[in-house]
Amino acid sequence: MLKLYDQTFNSHLLIGTALYPSPRIMQDAIRASGADIVTVSLRRETAGGKTGDAFWSLIRELGVTVLPNTAGCRTARDATTTAELARELFATPRIKLEVIADDETLQPDLIGLVEAATALIKDGFEVLPYTTEDLGTAMRLVEAGCRVVMPWASPIGSARGITNRAALKLLRQRLPDITLIVDAGLGAPSHAAEALELGYDGVLLNTAIAKAADPVAMAGAFKLAVDAGRAAYEAGLMGPRDFASPSSPVVGTPFWHAVS
Amino acid sequence: MVLIVNGERRETGATRIGVLLAELEFAGKQLAIAVNRGVVPRARWGDVELRDGDMIEIISPRQGG
Repeated sequence: MLKLYDQTFNSHLLIGTALYPSPRIMQDAIRASGADIVTVSLRRETAGGKTGDAFWSLIRELGVTVLPNTAGCRTARDATTTAELARELFATPRIKLEVIADDETLQPDLIGLVEAATALIKDGFEVLPYTTEDLGTAMRLVEAGCRVVMPWASPIGSARGITNRAALKLLRQRLPDITLIVDAGLGAPSHAAEALELGYDGVLLNTAIAKAADPVAMAGAFKLAVDAGRAAYEAGLMGPRDFASPSSPVVGTPFWHAVS
Repeated sequence: MVLIVNGERRETGATRIGVLLAELEFAGKQLAIAVNRGVVPRARWGDVELRDGDMIEIISPRQGG
């Protein structure tokens, strides 16, 4: 089960709704992923008002929970206003909080993020902050009242997987009661499995599925990986060892005492 | 009067959000509105008076990650 504040969800996979080759493939990929939660953004409506409505009806057909984001916001002020618009638009207190520092790397602005998270939590929001693997920032977000923290694996859309495994492991150890979701940078199902094996509660994916040659099949592959990773974590992985240890019994090995 | 609607200047006689939305053919759509960066709940779209130079953001759901 994935816990987001007071609500629980079956799937440990959260999926984005952008970059698919067609609306139909988006819907099929979301279904194949088994995700209960999909991320959406907010943008200015265009002439005639058809763009938002057309997309929104596709999402409603899926019967999934919507997690709006503040993608594109560069200041805490823009992010908090966008969150307020999201609450109005989607009637949810949940917000994936992004405050971006750098357009090239989409590196989060950690200072603006903590500032915005603090204000939004006070205003009754359930904040899911997109951050780096930095423990200090994660702890500040938790102090501000965040019950979920979403560190990146690597930059958004880079498909590089987990680049700082030790830091993600440390976050898990130091924040045992917080829901941790790896958000951004995963490129392959094995990356997602690794995050779940580390004890992460979930992964948030978009580009790796939407930009696959067959997004629907890839969504299914990520579902299998997430389920496998979670099952492995719950089963208790053995730790690594420095030396070999034979798996077949030593006692009774044929010719062991043979005299030459 | 002139309103700044989604970043563009617009000459209009609309002094209420509901009237402006009808003028833009946005009525009945899934939208959220901010006037001068303050969110105006749907229930108040008929009450809030728009003034010359106001900045209106008309926002709808879109694909996102």
